[in-house]
Amino acid sequence: MANDPEEKQPSASSPTEPSAPTPPAAAGTPAPKPPAAPAAAAAKPPAVAAPPRPPAPPKEGPVALDNELVKRYKEKFGPGILEAWTDRRQAILVVARELLAEIALYSRDTEKFDWLSDLTTVDWPKREKRFDVVLNMYSFEKNERLRLKAQATADERVPSVQGIWTTANWMEREVYDMFGIIFEGHPDLKRILLPDEWQGFPLRKDYDILTQDTAWVRENLGIESGQ
Amino acid sequence: MADERIPAATQVEQTVLGADEIILNMGPQHPSTHGVLRVKLRLDGEKVIGSECVIGYLHRGVEKIAEHRTYQQFAPYVDRMDYVAAVSNGLGYCEAVEKLLGAEAPPRARVIRTILTEMQRIASHLFWLGTHALDIGALTPLFYCLREREEILKIFEKFCGARLTTHAFRIGGLQYEAYDELEKDVERFCLPFDKRVDEYESLLTENRIWVQRTKGIGILTAKEAIDYGASGPVLRASGVKWDIRKAMPYAAYDQYKFEIPTGKNGDTYDRYLVRMEEMRQSRLICLQAIENIPAGPIMGKVGKVLKPPPGEVYHAIEAPKGELGYYIISDGTTQPYRVRIRPPSLINLEAFDKMIRGHLVADVVAIIGTLDIVLGEVDR
Repeated sequence: MANDPEEKQPSASSPTEPSAPTPPAAAGTPAPKPPAAPAAAAAKPPAVAAPPRPPAPPKEGPVALDNELVKRYKEKFGPGILEAWTDRRQAILVVARELLAEIALYSRDTEKFDWLSDLTTVDWPKREKRFDVVLNMYSFEKNERLRLKAQATADERVPSVQGIWTTANWMEREVYDMFGIIFEGHPDLKRILLPDEWQGFPLRKDYDILTQDTAWVRENLGIESGQ
Repeated sequence: MADERIPAATQVEQTVLGADEIILNMGPQHPSTHGVLRVKLRLDGEKVIGSECVIGYLHRGVEKIAEHRTYQQFAPYVDRMDYVAAVSNGLGYCEAVEKLLGAEAPPRARVIRTILTEMQRIASHLFWLGTHALDIGALTPLFYCLREREEILKIFEKFCGARLTTHAFRIGGLQYEAYDELEKDVERFCLPFDKRVDEYESLLTENRIWVQRTKGIGILTAKEAIDYGASGPVLRASGVKWDIRKAMPYAAYDQYKFEIPTGKNGDTYDRYLVRMEEMRQSRLICLQAIENIPAGPIMGKVGKVLKPPPGEVYHAIEAPKGELGYYIISDGTTQPYRVRIRPPSLINLEAFDKMIRGHLVADVVAIIGTLDIVLGEVDR
């Protein structure tokens, strides 16, 4: 939306209008599909393709970010901050998994991102570290949002931020429920939405929904599910 | 904050009477739990010393479904989360996808969206008020509230053919042009509506039973509310003046004047007053909006097949219950790679344990009511 000041990205200085849109390395987003462009170009005569809209690309998709805020984070945590970029003008920091709780605490107390609006996870099965644990924070003082991402493999434990924001308790339980990620230091990590005896983690990309469903119905209800 | 946390519900405490503590199960089929919420209460006599909410009875795996539908196909599903405020859900989803696409709804569509969403807020609050009062024992307001809500649902029905699961908006704007009488209908509803709210207040605000049942019950301080991630009226009643409609305006909210009501004590009574005032403010927004609905197209420039460029977006709106956020990731195909819905009801419900401790069993229904949860949204 044009009238949307939300797009303000966390920065102490001027908004960084990047000159060179460098997409983040293979980490967060899947690589833009190259075949799409040639196909579209082939369909239309190439003459029309290029000129009319040069300002479009920086608006959508990820752009590297390096403002005051990122500098402060990097100063404090050094290599703990792996990457920083903005996407749709929303700031994203990729942080080291081990430091997640520390960085979250620093964000809450020093950077005043005092409200955790959401904690969730995204599964990228083809990546070496398949999970992104995503924290969406909000600062009442600055009226800004900041997203933290930490990557983890299926066996790695992620530090719990439940001690920093109580609200993370149920969010982490939901992530455990749906993705099977273990949060180190969570007081009561158990399933929240699914029954305790549920097998598997449904929001993983490789969750085979039919097999799981039929097996569960057969075991627990003693009938054939008919799917 | 970490050290002053209350022990988990499972921890054993000494009861005052020295008697054994009782575990009482409430729900999932209990009229006052507003759906299929189950609460396990630990009681010392009649005092609640711990609780645990058991949820998931209405879990439908909406986030998984989203990964197997196209962007447009998924839109009707979001109506079924908070089914008493379906229009708000739809607005949040459509705007999130628009942001992902880099598209924008035209001004006319945005104003009509704002009107309908505010009407929906009134409808949702009316339903909350009626059932909340009913839970506490005041039967009368329910009839008045549902009478008014019916008017709103009729407007929705005229606009898009559905009353509850409306699917009123489309990605990029609106599918339907507003019907001819829309402004008149909204005006006819809004003009006398402030008197109606006064009427409900005359039934409750100074009613001795109501005051005794709600004042000082389920207190949440501002610090606690932030720590618990509460949003919407629950947060504002604790004194935090924060409303996404003002802080990060979406749709057409930046064009209208309205106040953000806040409370002082963060108790059930304050949350009641905040929501009552919000209905008045929503009425004002609607009245301002129908004054001037811009002419023009109702659909923005979005294709028939939506393929947002790879990337992600988090877009939140102020739904009647609080911050409703959509975190959508696109991989460049027609189907979202991941849709995460941040449901306000679920997160607000998390503070239930904090709010109920030390109160009586009878207050459980008051606190469930004041949180204004909808289980369809809690469980998704």
